[in-house]
Amino acid sequence: MKQMNWKELPHAGTILKAGNANEYNTGSWRSLKPRWVEENCIQCLFCWIYCPDSAVNIKDEKMAGFDYDHCKGCGVCAMECPGKKGNKAIVMEEEGK
Amino acid sequence: MGTTTTKTVAVTGNQAVAEALRQLNPDVMPAYPITPSTGIMESFTSFVSNGKVDTETILVESEHSAMSACIGASAAGGRVATATSAQGLALMWEMLHIASGYRLPILMALVNRALSAPLNIHGDHSDGMGMRDCGWIQLFSENAQEAYDNTIMAYRIAEHKDVRLPIAVNMDGFIISHSIESMTFIPDEEVKKFVGDYIAIDPLLDLDHPKSIGALVLPDYYMEHKRAQHEAMLNAKKIISDVSAEFAKLFGRQYDLFESYRLEDAEVVLVALNSAAGTIKDEVDRYREKGVKAGLLKPRVFRPFPYEEIGAALKNAKAVCVMDRADSYGGYGPLFMEIAPAVYPYRQGPVLFNKIYGLGGRDLMPLDVDQVISETIEVAKTGKAKMVKEYITIRN
Repeated sequence: MKQMNWKELPHAGTILKAGNANEYNTGSWRSLKPRWVEENCIQCLFCWIYCPDSAVNIKDEKMAGFDYDHCKGCGVCAMECPGKKGNKAIVMEEEGK
Repeated sequence: MGTTTTKTVAVTGNQAVAEALRQLNPDVMPAYPITPSTGIMESFTSFVSNGKVDTETILVESEHSAMSACIGASAAGGRVATATSAQGLALMWEMLHIASGYRLPILMALVNRALSAPLNIHGDHSDGMGMRDCGWIQLFSENAQEAYDNTIMAYRIAEHKDVRLPIAVNMDGFIISHSIESMTFIPDEEVKKFVGDYIAIDPLLDLDHPKSIGALVLPDYYMEHKRAQHEAMLNAKKIISDVSAEFAKLFGRQYDLFESYRLEDAEVVLVALNSAAGTIKDEVDRYREKGVKAGLLKPRVFRPFPYEEIGAALKNAKAVCVMDRADSYGGYGPLFMEIAPAVYPYRQGPVLFNKIYGLGGRDLMPLDVDQVISETIEVAKTGKAKMVKEYITIRN
């Protein structure tokens, strides 16, 4: 993408297109990656509520994995995940493992 | 107060600015009253209570909140004003940059007062000079009439599509804000016509077009934003001249980027802001009667600073004394630091020197100015200043 020069910037840097953060992929910032362990998931959707981005995919009102283009690997979802019988449904793993 | 007339009236500087604000009728006025600007809000809130304006006043819990509320209301699409002084302005400092960075044409009545410590409530320019780099247009006013006129012109300048920057109108605390002077108001309907309706750019309350302001900008774009802000400030110079010319045509009072008083052939020149100019003009007259080619240059616009124009106006002088009612400890006075680069292109230009005077409301008396002019004559003769920076109106 060609970067704008200072004369081409929108007035005051206002973002005129709603929701365009979706076009900015922040997944490359990640050093730890959440892995979904489906058999331990009770579908409480805490991960979806707590995710500071919108990186938890939902299908038919159920957790359906992660959007790795935007997940920054903060680990909040894994921390909040109650899991099943002491086993977490989200575990953080080193990127590239 | 409250009724306009072209007749001459006797009011304080604060009342004059409050009257201008009544006529401008802003949508929102958040403020946290502070001496010596308190009188502006005192008058203005009585206009609100008496239904003389449509303004929503917000009495906030601090000046930081006052400026934050200004930013919110302005970004929403409203015409916004506030008033403050000294510590109040200092507490706004963080938000002053946000206002200019968001390019919001907020109007501030700044009644100049010394910054603490030591705690002092009287007039000097340390507050106004402290906001030099905050991206605000800064106008200075010698007396109540100029403060009123600058306030009437402020939105026309700030809201111009090529500018869109916040603007501060300065006047001296107590010396002007609390002294009664004779001046004239412009009739309401003429002010209304001159100022016109406000058309916001990208207002947040335009719900059909959702948008975001204040997004994070990293090294890949920050500098472009700041360069665009500088351009808006440069554009302001022409807009200030245009608006002032239109004002002069309609209302008969002439303003420019700076005032030249007996400057044309002057060899000995003093440069000063705000109320001190009145005293200096009297002394310039006295020296002129004695045959000395003395003159005064009084900057009205401090940001954007008119370097080329002021340089050209001073280039033929022999000696120029820049008088600062604010200081930069370990440096020169802030006005001196602007005049020096303005004159710098003229290598054969005048000898410059700097006097710091009147801090914390210390009076500048005619005798003080007399001594400054007499020293400037000496510097013009010898071509040398004994001391580049020196304090006057002080016990040594």
